[in-house]
Amino acid sequence: MISFEHYLLLSTIIFGIGLYGILAKKNAVAVLMSVELMLNAVNINFIAINKFIVQGEITGQLFAIFVIVVAAAEVAVGLALILSIFRQKKSVDLNDFDLLKW
Amino acid sequence: MSILDLVFIVTAGITILASIGVVTSKNILHSALFLVLSFLGVATIYFQLNAAFLGLVQIMIYAGAISVLIIFAIMLVMSEDINQSNLTHKKGSFIGVIVAGFFTFLVSISIVSTKFGAVFNNALENPVEDIAVMLMGDFVIAFEVAAILLLVAIVGAIIIAKGAD
Repeated sequence: MISFEHYLLLSTIIFGIGLYGILAKKNAVAVLMSVELMLNAVNINFIAINKFIVQGEITGQLFAIFVIVVAAAEVAVGLALILSIFRQKKSVDLNDFDLLKW
Repeated sequence: MSILDLVFIVTAGITILASIGVVTSKNILHSALFLVLSFLGVATIYFQLNAAFLGLVQIMIYAGAISVLIIFAIMLVMSEDINQSNLTHKKGSFIGVIVAGFFTFLVSISIVSTKFGAVFNNALENPVEDIAVMLMGDFVIAFEVAAILLLVAIVGAIIIAKGAD
């Protein structure tokens, strides 16, 4: 029988995979994709808690909508930054992104 | 085991395997396509949680718009060999396995050992109407702020990506 805990465990596993991607990947676009995985895991948590813990309210789904809005804005600005840095450095390797170091 | 449990197990398995594919594949275009599959799997999880509106939003915005944006960016920034475009740091991979594994283990243990008071099975009659009423009622300021955030993000993305000239 699938219960509340199974949804939380699924979301934890996806969040862990995203965390590994952020720490391990060289490519900046891959790091952005891992952030998307983590945001998806958070959304699963919001909706599962909204279904199983709160009675007769829909606040969790509203928060998930706002998370999606912020994720869309974040991806647009993040990819624009990557494009802009690629024009200067001819690379998307995070080790080459040292413009603010001196 | 009912049919719904089977559906959950299959979709959750596909979602987890696709997420692992995102972080392990060497070709970044394959990673992006695995990411689309993972988004669709999460959308089916939303449908199983009685959040049909969120599932449709997930398919339209994540699987439709964000993945296309990511694939466009990949096409614009690739210069070297695409089959070696998504490698991992040696050291970062080691640290990542330890940190992510420890985190997942710790949170899973706490989830399993927590007693979640009263667990309802919340089946709302008309969830889309409730979302609309709350979005235009109690949460109207957050709604307007989200609109301004999107506007600022669009303008900022255009200005950043346009370059100096």
